[in-house]
Amino acid sequence: MRRVVITGAGTINALAEGVSATKTALAAGRSGIGALQFPDVERLNVRIGAQIHDFSPQDRFDLGKLALYDAFTQYALVAGAEAMAQAGLQSAPDPARWGCIIGTAGGGHGTANDAYRAVYAQGKNRVHPLTVPKLMANAAPAHLAIRHGLKGPGFAVSTACASSNHAIGLAFQMVRSGMVDGMLAGGAEAMLNFGGLKAWEGLRVMSPDGCRPFSADRNGMVQGEGAGVFVLETLDAALARGATPLAEIAGFAMNCDASDIVMPDQDSAARAITGALKDAGMAPEEVGYINAHGTGTAANDRIETAAIRHVFGGAADDVAVSSTKAMHGHCIGATGAVELVACLMALQDGVIAPTINYGGSDPDCDLDVVPNEARRAQVGAVLSNAFAFGGFNAVLALRTI
Amino acid sequence: MRSQVHDQVLSIIAHEAHRAPEEVRAEMTLEELGLDSLGLVEVIFAIEEQFDISVPFNANDTAQAQFDISSVGAIVRAVERLVSGESPAAAVA
Repeated sequence: MRRVVITGAGTINALAEGVSATKTALAAGRSGIGALQFPDVERLNVRIGAQIHDFSPQDRFDLGKLALYDAFTQYALVAGAEAMAQAGLQSAPDPARWGCIIGTAGGGHGTANDAYRAVYAQGKNRVHPLTVPKLMANAAPAHLAIRHGLKGPGFAVSTACASSNHAIGLAFQMVRSGMVDGMLAGGAEAMLNFGGLKAWEGLRVMSPDGCRPFSADRNGMVQGEGAGVFVLETLDAALARGATPLAEIAGFAMNCDASDIVMPDQDSAARAITGALKDAGMAPEEVGYINAHGTGTAANDRIETAAIRHVFGGAADDVAVSSTKAMHGHCIGATGAVELVACLMALQDGVIAPTINYGGSDPDCDLDVVPNEARRAQVGAVLSNAFAFGGFNAVLALRTI
Repeated sequence: MRSQVHDQVLSIIAHEAHRAPEEVRAEMTLEELGLDSLGLVEVIFAIEEQFDISVPFNANDTAQAQFDISSVGAIVRAVERLVSGESPAAAVA
């Protein structure tokens, strides 16, 4: 089977724009969580989030095209351009053999929110004529394909909080199998608007005061937004054209709890982790870092800890496990892609991002969670966990190259 | 004498649990009634809509929640307090 590498990475999130600045923020343990700013925020009970500020889309995009770009598409385009530039590509080397998969839960959620406001709240009888192509979930991969000439397979994948890992995992499998030669893959999300947050409030799982994964005093998740996009291609092709591989994607596994729609399941999570290790031919002892799903909810962090302990056995005490969501927030469909930046930092730079806001140990979350401060370590292999509503789990395994 | 709030809360819980109101007793827990975490948030939503109050409840923090959900009777008492304005959290709505 063909070996698959990442040759370009791009991101924008509440911490920073760009992979380099995001790594710096992750290593410094900075938080991008603060007071949300958008119309009607004062009517929310939960008013914090990891929001991107000072983005100014009118200064970045052709005004004629901007009418088609919801914020989630804008973020995907920014991250995609950075990834392609790092890979040394303007456009796909062989368009028909390159494609794009983007994970998103809400798609053009802000566009839908604005349109509903116009017809319901403001009593208008028309919405912007481009509302449909702007809000559709596949707008982001479509505009990435247009921008970079990706004429092979393309689609959006939507599995809530696991969307990005599914997108990257599927792209990996397609390149590995020979179906395509290269892919842009990642996730994009922009749900921080009044309607989006009001819906989340109803579930009663959000923290009103901060994200504290694995900490005894954790009390829920905090929403974020942004995008992460990566260039995937074969190791041979990358070397042949003089590109620098950043890391190898070695394995991927996905499955479904097929039980509760929101409560995570320990056995399925463990099965997904085991599957990724097996697909990568990776022993637990080889793994130096796990980027946890670590949402900061009571249930996820307890069950994820148990799943890791089950799979790793005695090796569980020797692996660093951090949740970076306390910094960039839970970016929902984009979260696995943003978190892949932390995985690259561990593999490329030997820096493990911390779990910030860690206030006290919970006996049910007794892993080495790299509390509050980043750590230097030689890491040869990492896992990235994503466990979504719906019971869909997706785990990526990466190695240094 | 049972309050009007009592009867309305029982009716809401019974509806969510797909039971007749007379089958629901004060000492019962939501678990006994077959209500899971999503059933609970639906009960809370229905209570907020019925009484026009805001219920302070976070599913991550049930032990410290200001809204006692340990039994049907506890929920009735918590709603009575919120409706009477005793709890400062009632003003949040």
